[in-house]
Amino acid sequence: MAVTLTIDGRAFQVEAGDNLLHACLSLGFNLPYFCWHPALGSVGACRQCAVKQFRDAGDHAGRLVMACMTPVADGMHLSIEDGEAKSFRASVIEWLMTNHPHDCPVCPEGGECHLQDMTVMTGHVRRRYRFHKRTFRNQYLGPFVAHEMNRCIACYRCVRFYRDYAGGQDFDVFASHRYVYFGRAEDGRLENEFSGNLVEICPTGVFTDKPLGRLYARKWDMAGAPSVCVHCGLGCNVTVNARAGHLRRLLNRYHHQINGYFLCDRGRFGHGFADLPERIRQPLRQSHPLTRDATLRHLAGILPAAKPIGIGSPRASLEANFALRQLVGPDRFHLGLAAEEQRLLSLIIDILQKGPAPAATLADAEQADAVLVLGEDLPNTAPRLALALRQATRRQAFAIAGRLGIPSWLDNAVRDAAQQEKSPLFIATLDATRLDNLATAVFRLPDMEVARLGYAIAQAIDDDAPKVSDGSAEFLSQAQVVAQALAEAQRPLIVAGTSSGSRAVIEAAANLAWALCRRGRAAQLSMVVPECDSLGLALMGGGNLAEAFAAVDAGAVDTFIVLENDLYRRAERSAVDACLNRLRHLLVIDHSSHQTAARAEIFLPAADFAESDGTLVNNEGRAQRFFSVRPPSGGIQESWRWLRDMAAVRHEGEPLPWRQLDDVTAACAKALPGLSDITNAAPGAGFRIAGAKIPRQPQRYSGRTALHADRTMHEPKPAEDPDTPLAYSMEGAATKPPPSLIPFVWAPAWNSVQAINKFQQEVGGPLRGGPAGSLLIHRSRQARRTYLGEVPRPFAPRRGRWWIEPLYAIFGSEELSRMSAPIAEILTSPTVALPPADAARLGITEGALVELRLGGEIRRMPATLHPALPPGTGGLLAGTPESIGLILPGWGEIKACEGTP
Amino acid sequence: MTDDAMSRPLTAAIRPGAPPPGIADYRRSGGYLGAAKALREMTPDKVREEVTAAALRGRGGAGFSTGRKWGFLPKPDGGDRYLVVNGDEMEPGTFKDRLLLEGNPHQLIEGVIISAFAVRASHAIIFLRGEYVLAAQRLEVALEEAAAAGLVGQGLFGSGFDLDIQLHSSAGRYICGEETALLTSLEGRRAIPRAKPPFPQTSGLWGCPTVVNNVETLCNVPHIIRHGAAWFRALSRGEDGGTKIYGASGRVRRPGAWELPMGTTVREIIEEHAGGMQDGYRLRGFLPGGASTEFLTAEHLDVAMDFASVEKAGSRLGTGTMVILDDRTCPVGMLQNLEHFFAQESCGWCTPCRDGLPWTERILEAIEDGRGRPEDLDLLAMHVDHLGMGKTFCALAPGAMEPLASGLKYFRADFERHIAEGRCPWR
Repeated sequence: MAVTLTIDGRAFQVEAGDNLLHACLSLGFNLPYFCWHPALGSVGACRQCAVKQFRDAGDHAGRLVMACMTPVADGMHLSIEDGEAKSFRASVIEWLMTNHPHDCPVCPEGGECHLQDMTVMTGHVRRRYRFHKRTFRNQYLGPFVAHEMNRCIACYRCVRFYRDYAGGQDFDVFASHRYVYFGRAEDGRLENEFSGNLVEICPTGVFTDKPLGRLYARKWDMAGAPSVCVHCGLGCNVTVNARAGHLRRLLNRYHHQINGYFLCDRGRFGHGFADLPERIRQPLRQSHPLTRDATLRHLAGILPAAKPIGIGSPRASLEANFALRQLVGPDRFHLGLAAEEQRLLSLIIDILQKGPAPAATLADAEQADAVLVLGEDLPNTAPRLALALRQATRRQAFAIAGRLGIPSWLDNAVRDAAQQEKSPLFIATLDATRLDNLATAVFRLPDMEVARLGYAIAQAIDDDAPKVSDGSAEFLSQAQVVAQALAEAQRPLIVAGTSSGSRAVIEAAANLAWALCRRGRAAQLSMVVPECDSLGLALMGGGNLAEAFAAVDAGAVDTFIVLENDLYRRAERSAVDACLNRLRHLLVIDHSSHQTAARAEIFLPAADFAESDGTLVNNEGRAQRFFSVRPPSGGIQESWRWLRDMAAVRHEGEPLPWRQLDDVTAACAKALPGLSDITNAAPGAGFRIAGAKIPRQPQRYSGRTALHADRTMHEPKPAEDPDTPLAYSMEGAATKPPPSLIPFVWAPAWNSVQAINKFQQEVGGPLRGGPAGSLLIHRSRQARRTYLGEVPRPFAPRRGRWWIEPLYAIFGSEELSRMSAPIAEILTSPTVALPPADAARLGITEGALVELRLGGEIRRMPATLHPALPPGTGGLLAGTPESIGLILPGWGEIKACEGTP
Repeated sequence: MTDDAMSRPLTAAIRPGAPPPGIADYRRSGGYLGAAKALREMTPDKVREEVTAAALRGRGGAGFSTGRKWGFLPKPDGGDRYLVVNGDEMEPGTFKDRLLLEGNPHQLIEGVIISAFAVRASHAIIFLRGEYVLAAQRLEVALEEAAAAGLVGQGLFGSGFDLDIQLHSSAGRYICGEETALLTSLEGRRAIPRAKPPFPQTSGLWGCPTVVNNVETLCNVPHIIRHGAAWFRALSRGEDGGTKIYGASGRVRRPGAWELPMGTTVREIIEEHAGGMQDGYRLRGFLPGGASTEFLTAEHLDVAMDFASVEKAGSRLGTGTMVILDDRTCPVGMLQNLEHFFAQESCGWCTPCRDGLPWTERILEAIEDGRGRPEDLDLLAMHVDHLGMGKTFCALAPGAMEPLASGLKYFRADFERHIAEGRCPWR
C-alpha cells in the first residue's frame, strides 16, 4: 500500500511498512548510514541516518529519529535538511573519526570507502578531537581477508553478516565500549565459506581483499566487466576487475533474483587460475611453442585428412561449444560428459520443462517456508544456495515477529522475538553438512535410500504416488513427519541435483514437487548442477564420452578436438588412456593446463572467462552473458575464434563466417530451438548509449601512458572490442548501462560498492532495466500428469565392499578454483571417509593409510572417520587429483595397508 | 503491628549489622500474609488494580506506574511469561536495593510471588548485581526456605498458580541495569540494549512477554496488598504512593539510607537524617537520584523528593539516593570521575555513547589537568546536546550528560577558572 510522506516540504508516495531510511534512499535522497544494510535490516547502532520528524505540518520543532528504525506512516512529515539533523549527522562522523586513522592514502579501501563517502556527505571536515586514538592488534585471518582493526567504526555489520546471516561461529565481537573488537578469538583462517563478503560489507578498510592487496590497484584504476561466476552451476553475477592485463579481484555483481549482495569464497577467490605464471600463452606442438601461422599450417596439415570428433565442455560458453559443434558437425559433437552425467542433466531439463514445478531462483529459495534437500551437500556443491536456505529457515521468525507487530526489517527485534524458532528444513545426505545445525531433522543415507525417502514422502503427501512397499515403520514415520511439514507450507522447496550421481534422487525430488502441487501447494524445485554451463551444454545436446570412446574403438574416429575439458576428470583413467593412445591427433583448446592438455599434439591457448565473452546457462535455465575485462594477449584467442580458424583451414565443408561473437550467438540460437532466447541474454555488440560504447574504465583511470612507458612514451591505441558494446577505454557513454552491461557501480557521491543503491528500482530491489539474463526453460503447458521412475531397491550392504559416494569440498572439488593461489593454500589432502565402526573392524584408525579398489583403479590415501556415515558406505573427496578417474558412486574394496600416508 | 511497621513498612524488620529475618521471623511479623491474601482471595486483575490505585511508581529511576506497566502485557495465551527482578544496582551512589536484599530477602520473594501472580508469570528471575555476594547468599537461603515451606513451586497457597524463582548473579556491567540489556544478558549474550518497541511486555526474555521491576518496587507490593492502596497512598506526603528509601553520600556527618515518606524534602534528608554537612564543608550541589541525574544546589533544599517535584526543579528523583558535592571538592574533577565511569560502562553499541563519552571524559581530564582550552566548553555543550535522549540507542549516555549539563550550568565559573589558570584551583 502506498502512503504519502512529506520530506522537506515535498510529497512522495512510498510503500507502507518500509523504514524511513529505505524509503529515503529509494527516493534517491543521499541520507548517510553505516549499520543498516538492505539484506541485514536495521539495528540502530550507528545513529548516522538521523532525520527530523514532525508531528504534523504545523510542528516546526520536531524531534530527531533514526530513519532506519522508524516505520513509514501515512502523512508523516520529515526533514533531512533540518539544521539539527545535519549537525547531529556530522557529529556522528566526527565521533567515528576520533579513532579512525588518517591512513586513507595507504588504505586499500581508499577511493571506494563508504566511510569516506559518508564523511563527505555529512560535511564533517575538521578534526577537533585532540587526544590519543585507541589502537588494536590485527589478526591473521587466512589467505582471503586482511584485517586492520584500527580503522573500525564499530558498525557491527561484519559480525551480523558473519554470524547472523552466514552462520559462522569463529568470528565475533569482543570487549566493550570504545574497545569493541571484531575478529576471531585467536589468529586463524576464517572458517565460514562466505568470509569474503566481509570485504564488501565492511564500510571501511577493516576487512579488505588480501589477494588484491598483493597486486594492488585503486578502484578507479581498474577496468571492470560484468561477468558470471564459473565455479559452480548457480550463475552468480560477478564483476571482474583488471589492470595492466592482470586480474585483480572479483566483486559481487548485484542480481536480485540470484546472488543478491553476496558471493561464496570459491567464486570470489577462485579466479587465480587465470593468471598463473605457468599459464600457456602460445600455441604448442608436442609441448614446443609455435607461432600462430605455423600452428595454422600444422592444423591445415592435420584437419583435411582427419576423422575428427569434437569434445565439448560444461565449463565453456555456449558459443565455444557451438563453434565446435559447427566445425565437426552435429553428429560428431560430443558433450564431454560421462554418459551418466549427461543422462542426469537431460532428466533435469525434462523435469524443469515438463514437470509440475518451476525452477526456483535463489531469491525464491530464500522465501521458501519449508525445504527438503535430497542428496546435496549444498555448502560444498552450491554454496550460495546454502546461504539462501539459511535465510529461508527464518520465515518462521518473520511470522512470529509479524504476529507481535515487529516489522521484518527490525533485525534484532525479530531475532529476539523468534529466538531459535526456525522454518522446517530437512536434509537427507550421506554425510554431515554444514547446514545440519539449522535442520529440523537430518537423515544420513546412501543415495538410493535418499531417493526412497523422497518417494516415501511423496507417497505420504499423495496416495497416488509410487508406493515404497518395503520401508520400515520408522522410515515411513520419518517420511510422514517431513510430508506434513512440506504439505503445511505455502511455498515448499525441494532441492536435489547431480552430486550423488543418482537418477532416482532426481526423480524422487520431481515426484515430491508433483505430489505437493497436486495438494495445491506452490512447490518449487531447485536442481543443483556441477558446472557453469552444465545445463547449457545439455540443452545443446550431443553424444557423450562413452560414445566418443566407442567411436575411436570402432576406428571411425582418429582425431579428438577437445574444448576446455580434461577428460581424465570425466572417465576412468584406463579408459581415457586407452582412447587417447589410439588417436592419431589430439587437439586441445584450453586456457588451463591439465593431464589431457599435456598429451595434446597441438595445444591452442584459449581465452579465459575474463578475456572472452559468451553465454552460460545456470541451473534454473537462465542464459547469462559474461564479458571480458581485458583483451586476450600473446598467442591467446577465444575458443570460438580458434575453432573458426580451424574451419577455415580444413579445406572441406563450409567455413564459419563469423566476425564477432554475436554471429556465433545468433547462429547457435537459430540452429537450436531450445537456445533461441540466448540472444536476449544481453544486448549485442551494436548496442550503444547515445551513440557511444560503454567504457570499462572509470573516468579517473590513471597512468594510461605510464603503463607502457618502459616500451614507449606514446599511449598505445586501446584494444578494439568487436564483440561487445563495452570498450577497453575510459571514453564512452556516461549514463547508466542496462543491468547486464554494468562494468562497475559508481554514482556521484557514492564511490563504494554501496553505489548499487543508485542502480536499483528501490533499495534492495531489482536493478533498473529488469533482471539480466534470459530464461531458456519455459514450462510446458502440458505438464506431466504421471509420476516418474520407480522406487529403487533398498540399500543392501555387501560383505567386504563399501558403497563409495563422492563427497565435496567447496575448496578442492572444483577444477579451476583449486588452482587459484589463495585457495591452493588451504586445500586439504584427500582421504577415504569411513564410518568409525566399519573402520574399527578393518583395524583402520584415523589417518591410517588405506587402499581403495574401485572399478579398475587402485588408490592409496589416509582414512578419516566420519561418524555420520551409515554402515557399509564410504566417501571420497571428488575432483581432487587423487580421486579423479574413479567413477563414483560405486562399490569399492577397502583394506588397511602398510606404510605412512 | 507496630507503628514502625506501619510507617516504615520496607525496613521495619531490617536490623543493620544483624542477619535478616528467617522465614519464621518474617511470617511472625505478618510476612506472606499479603501473598496469601492475593492468591487466595484476589484475582490477578484485582491485584494489579490495587497496585495501580496505590500510585506505586517504579523505584529503579524512571518512575513509571507499576500497575500500568503490568497492564501492557498481552492476555495470557498459555505460553511462558516472565517476571524479572532488576537487582543490578550499579548506579553510582546508590545502595538502597542492597539494604532491602541483604536486610529482608523474604520481603522481596513475597513481592515477587504477588507480582508474578498479578502478571500471570510462572517464571521469575532475580537478576542480581555480581558484587552483591552477601545478598546472593541470603537470597539463596530465603529461596530454599520458601521452597521448603511450599511458597514457591506448584499450586501456591492452594491456588492453581505455579511459580519458580531463579537467582542470577550478573557478570557485572552497568548496562545490565537497562532492562532490555538485562534480558539480553540473561539469554547469555552480550549485554546490548534492545530497540523499543517492541517492549519487553510484548517480546521480552526468550521472546516471551516479560515484566522487569526494580527490587524496591516489588518490596512495596506485599504491603500494598496487605494494607490496601489507600493506606499506601497515605504513607506519602505527595501524589506518589508509599515511602521511599532515600540515601545520602558525600561529606555529610552520617551517610546512609533511610525509609521516609515519599516527598520528604531534601533539607530534611540532609540535615536531619544525614546529620548535615561535616564541619568545614559547605554544600555546593547534589545529584538527587544517583550519578545520572542533574545537579541541584542549595536553593533546592526545600524541594520535595518525589517524582514531579524534582523534575520541576530541573532534575530527576532517579533512585532517590543523593550524591553531595561540597565546596572543597572540585566539580570538574567530580564530573571527570563520573564521565570516566559512564565511558567505561558504555556497551559500545551506538556511536554517540561509545565514542562521545570517552571524548567528554578526556576533555574533562584535560581541563582538570590544566590543559583545557576555551573551545572545550563548546565541545562539552555539543556533547550535552547530541547525546540527549532519542539520539542515542538507550538512556545511558543521556543519563551521563545530566550531571554534565547541570554542572556546566551551575559551575561554569569553575570550568572557566581551570582553563584560564591552566590548573585545578583545588589542587
